[in-house]
Amino acid sequence: MTATLTLSAQALTRRHGARLVAVSGVSLQLHRGEVLGLLGHNGAGKSTTLQMLTGALPPNSGKVEICGFDLALQPEQAKACIGFLPEHPPLYKDMRVDDYLLFAARLRRVPASRLAEALTQAKQRCGLQDSGRKIVGTLSKGYQQRVGIAQAIIHNPAVVVLDEPTVGLDPAQIRDIRTLIRKLGDSSSVILSTHLLNEVESLCDRVAILQKGHLIHSGSVAEMVASGTMEDAFLQITANEAPLT
Amino acid sequence: MILTIAKKEFRSLFAAPSTWWMLALLQFLFAWFYFARMDDYLQVQAQLAQLDNAPGATIAVAAPLCSALALMLMMLIPLFTMRLIAEERRNQTWVLLLTSPVSTTHIVLGKFLGLLLLLALIVAACAAMLATLLLGTRADIGLMLTNVGGVLLLSASYAALGLYFSALSKQPIIAAAGTLGLSFGLWLLELSASDSRSFLRAISPSAHFQNLNMGLVNSADLIYFALLIAVLLWLAIRQLNDERRHA
Repeated sequence: MTATLTLSAQALTRRHGARLVAVSGVSLQLHRGEVLGLLGHNGAGKSTTLQMLTGALPPNSGKVEICGFDLALQPEQAKACIGFLPEHPPLYKDMRVDDYLLFAARLRRVPASRLAEALTQAKQRCGLQDSGRKIVGTLSKGYQQRVGIAQAIIHNPAVVVLDEPTVGLDPAQIRDIRTLIRKLGDSSSVILSTHLLNEVESLCDRVAILQKGHLIHSGSVAEMVASGTMEDAFLQITANEAPLT
Repeated sequence: MILTIAKKEFRSLFAAPSTWWMLALLQFLFAWFYFARMDDYLQVQAQLAQLDNAPGATIAVAAPLCSALALMLMMLIPLFTMRLIAEERRNQTWVLLLTSPVSTTHIVLGKFLGLLLLLALIVAACAAMLATLLLGTRADIGLMLTNVGGVLLLSASYAALGLYFSALSKQPIIAAAGTLGLSFGLWLLELSASDSRSFLRAISPSAHFQNLNMGLVNSADLIYFALLIAVLLWLAIRQLNDERRHA
């Protein structure tokens, strides 16, 4: 792959308390225009990894570089290149959708002259054209999820990090969001975590599988489905791994 | 960036119905006190008039009212400050600020400024009520202004204190209780210190307000407030930076 490297993480480790290791020695690389799927069982460390990649949680050790900026040393430059949708969308429930998205855009340093354009574009991409005047807290879960995605992409970041973006959505919405992610993958890099294997198969170029905080597999989706179904390959990879104690 | 956050904070304080309730209650109580003081003053006015250098309406009505306002704000401000950081943590919106290209200093200053704007509005509303004194008498404008300025400085200190507690805590209620407890304790210190030169009086913000309440603008008091606010904001920034950088 010759495209530019947008995100690189080296040996990320995060402990909760002294003993419990949530994530250990995870390294990831992402190029422009690539969609990476992060898979793993519950509690494998997917969310923790994503939080460390975006600066929401400091790693105990390891390094993250985004667009060439070190997240620990040049946090502001690095963070300007990321859009993040956490597991629980960070929504101010008492704000209007438009106000909330504009606030998110201003925080991400979208210049004042481009604010209106960025807002229209983000709303249009996430199917929120008619919801601008609504209060975020009154929207359904699916629409709140869309607002969460809209805030992550409003500043056209080079790296978009989505933690279970399609959870709680109805089938039609899932289809729309997937189309959106695929479009995002053309211009930006996308990392998404999910439990849905068919989502990975249809969206992602590469897969990384976490188990008990360790990265146990990283490769292209094509490789994984070459020998059978995605599900078989996933179960085989996660079953092979001896339990770590 | 500071202004973006300040504006958002100001607007979301106003979006909450609880803010309106608190403002309404505060105005009501203030008006009640005002009438009560006024009534007392009018009853003794005839006797007062026979004194040399009799106390005027400003010192007899406006100054005690500002004292009462300071006390009410002391109890009210923790309810606002707890929302600033602790509640954002609980609602998991804090992560939006954490992952945005904004420094902790900007976040803290923005939030402080947003709240200060609201407090200025509250104080201005009460000052407007006091200004009605001008309709019936020749009020001491200088004394009124030092009082209003004093209330503002005092409430800014309580806001900075609340912001620090909000930064320390994940539970809004604990942040509010901590702020209220400490500001109440400092107020009691001022009450309990009989000697006006006592060390206890020197550390209590309400003791420094006393001078302004009497119309005495002392540079020591102004420096005290500036230092107190700066130190508390710095502590809040430090606390949040530690949290951000070290696991």
